[in-house]
Amino acid sequence: MAEVLLDIAERLEALRPRLLAFARLQLVDESLAEDRVQDALLAAYEARENFSGGSKFETWVFAILKNKIIDEIRRRQRELTTQFDADQVVEVDAMFDERAHWVSGKQPEHWVQPESSYLNEQFWQVFDVCVFHLPEGTARVFTMRELLGVETKEICDSLGLSQQNVWVMLHRARLKIRGCLERGWFGREALPK
Amino acid sequence: MMSCLRATERMSQSLDQKLPLTERVQLKLHLLMCKRCERCQQQMELLHRVCRKRSDQSADN
Repeated sequence: MAEVLLDIAERLEALRPRLLAFARLQLVDESLAEDRVQDALLAAYEARENFSGGSKFETWVFAILKNKIIDEIRRRQRELTTQFDADQVVEVDAMFDERAHWVSGKQPEHWVQPESSYLNEQFWQVFDVCVFHLPEGTARVFTMRELLGVETKEICDSLGLSQQNVWVMLHRARLKIRGCLERGWFGREALPK
Repeated sequence: MMSCLRATERMSQSLDQKLPLTERVQLKLHLLMCKRCERCQQQMELLHRVCRKRSDQSADN
């Protein structure tokens, strides 16, 4: 029995770096990310008997961390409200002309082998940097929706934003990340490999 | 005809909820005629899938 417990503690500890990388992406603040990871590890350890073995152990721990992160984001809703300004994503304004058509040079280009990129660790580094470069409020909404899989209605409720506001932020975030991935990865045809 | 900016707003929104029929049709018509937006839509959908992978992958490594 002692061996099993030790085993769980070691497996949890081994997961820490990846949990931390994930939490940083959502929370930006380093110490908050560490705190929530610590909470998640403790919670996972305490609830270890609830782990059914039905899903993968890692997936189960990440689900616990996701909930901790969502709670954290909710807790901070008030102080953040003023920062939810999608206008900060100025790059999007430069993508369209006065008739609201694509500006030449900013339009989507052909992407090289988009579906096999998942397999490449460097792709994920580019991806993380693109998400990091969003303004804080927009990054928060984007990661809640796309990385944590929260429905827009729930994002509105937890952050005190209107539906319209959330859509504007997601739209701008997606356009910006699309452009960022294209420059940093998918348009890499011209770059040396 | 719907503008490209408008079309990108609609395609983004369609990843979060089902669009009303009229908007779906308008978007579809625009995409049939606009190569740039058609590409943008495919890439936004890919981004949506990539994000899922990012979440799962953090747990699957």
